Amino acid sequence: MSAAYATAARETVTLSAGRSRDKDLRSLVFLGALWFSLLFGILVLLVLILTTAVKGAPRFDMALLTDYSSQLFPERTGFRAGILGSVWVMLATAALAVPLGIAAALHLEEFADGQKWWNRFIEVNLQNLAAVPSIVYGLLAVAFVELVGIRERGLVISGAIALALLILPVIIITTREAVRAVPREIREGSLALGATQWQTTWRQTLPAAVPGIATGTILGLSRAIGEAAPLLMIGTATAIRFDPNGLMSQFTALPLQIYSSTSQSQEALQVAASAAIIVLLVMILALNGLAIYIRNKFQRTW
Amino acid sequence: MTTTPTSAGPATSLGLQTPVDLGRRARPGESVVRGVLLAAALVSIATTVGIIIALLRPALDFFREVPIGEFLGTTRWAPNSHDPAYGVWPLVSATFVITAVALALAVPLGLGTAMYLSEYASKKTRARLKPVVELLAGIPSVVYGFFALAFVTPTLLQDLLGMDVGFTNALAAGLVLGVMVIPTIASLSEDALSAVPLALRQGSLAMGANRLQTTLRVVFPAALSGIAAAVVLGLSRAVGETMIVTLAAGSQPNLSLDPREGMQAMTGYIATTAGGENPVGSTSYNTLFAVGLMLFVITLVINVISIAFVRRFRQEY
Repeated sequence: MSAAYATAARETVTLSAGRSRDKDLRSLVFLGALWFSLLFGILVLLVLILTTAVKGAPRFDMALLTDYSSQLFPERTGFRAGILGSVWVMLATAALAVPLGIAAALHLEEFADGQKWWNRFIEVNLQNLAAVPSIVYGLLAVAFVELVGIRERGLVISGAIALALLILPVIIITTREAVRAVPREIREGSLALGATQWQTTWRQTLPAAVPGIATGTILGLSRAIGEAAPLLMIGTATAIRFDPNGLMSQFTALPLQIYSSTSQSQEALQVAASAAIIVLLVMILALNGLAIYIRNKFQRTW
Repeated sequence: MTTTPTSAGPATSLGLQTPVDLGRRARPGESVVRGVLLAAALVSIATTVGIIIALLRPALDFFREVPIGEFLGTTRWAPNSHDPAYGVWPLVSATFVITAVALALAVPLGLGTAMYLSEYASKKTRARLKPVVELLAGIPSVVYGFFALAFVTPTLLQDLLGMDVGFTNALAAGLVLGVMVIPTIASLSEDALSAVPLALRQGSLAMGANRLQTTLRVVFPAALSGIAAAVVLGLSRAVGETMIVTLAAGSQPNLSLDPREGMQAMTGYIATTAGGENPVGSTSYNTLFAVGLMLFVITLVINVISIAFVRRFRQEY
């Protein structure tokens, strides 16, 4: 049964048949409980954003964005190093995870023989990796960096490795969904014209799936940019007073600076942390907005 | 490699109905690409193997110095004191107290959200509300941790509810963690509820049941294994979550089941200790990996249970 048909039919059933019998007290109480559970989450979201914004309001100034962190003057501390560090790590993460994720997804969706045990094993393994705690990826990155002989702690490349492995399952899963949504007639047409399987994938399937892949990738990156635990593991510093300038540069990240400000008791740092949280949320909302925009603007329905 | 893909292989994976053998002619370039793609897919296997090796090696060093009987058999955790003790249970019990609070909040609310979206909301309402609910999952955990410290404990628990809780306590961490887990449970349960065939609902309504009865007695039982998978995955999220418990639950190992007390969870211990200055290779440094291994094994077991539930639920329809 196609999904569209199912929804349309369900619409008819639920809107006409059930409603007339939904007037007794128990039904209304149940509906009220459902409404409450839906609104509860939205309410918490609003309270979270409002209380944080009110607390951080005194620090909505340019120094917050352009200055380095300061222990001496906590009322003037800034998050410049963290914001730039987060952007650096995110770009490096994307450079590692996106090609790898797309390639793995294409293998599983277009080339792999699902009957073979190793391909089924890859699938189960992916499902499991998607639910491995982020802090474990941090421990993995520590071991990997030690293995390749990088002695320095808290480098951009170490953070990018941890975060790339963390979001790889997300990218693979969303890419597979996007590729699967491309109708098989397009592939058949291409194959019928004599294209090889890879030519078909590269020139027809993949371009048609780009909007879906972009949406999934951006959502994965917006998860990566908010992660603090794996970066804490790789020994990322928090009181850094210079801009990162390459993959082998030390850095700090916005979520980590928020963490370190929060765990100190000075009131001025709490206020600065609140303001920085709003900055982080704006960055994440912008990424989410971009993802939704791409989905709505470019997503084709076949 | 070039001759193996026959009718059983790529033709079926592309969804062709008649088996067309397109891979018979040798195409060297094609097989190189296939190899590259396969290698990319194998990175996920390498990641799992890497995680196991990365955790196991230092953990084995640790167990050479601290007998596994002491790790699992005693109940005092004080790896950095002058009289070190390595009984892991205070950390494990804290993780499960916080997780229990989280699930007590997230399971009913997540299920309620899923039932509303799947059984009651119109298509338009669902399309508008689902992204808002999923936004809850997009809030970074460090932000939730800050929220627990700055609002939930002082304003909600201490002022509004008048509870006698400390600055850090398992209750605030658990409640906020629950909010974070709601979208995981809601989204997956909604998928499970929506996958229940329409005919079951029609049958129920035709027998004179109202929507309350249809939802609770027909659709819910039919989707139960999918919902169980959602809850189990939510459990796995909650056990592995780090920043909320590090910030809001406290940093004192505490073998107590009272959520009003502060207690250090497994992830909280790892995060706090990794930030410290333990020399690489020392016993106190290796505790990180021993606890990490324990965390990985616990979440692995939970995930395997969840995957098994999903399998069952897919087979039914």
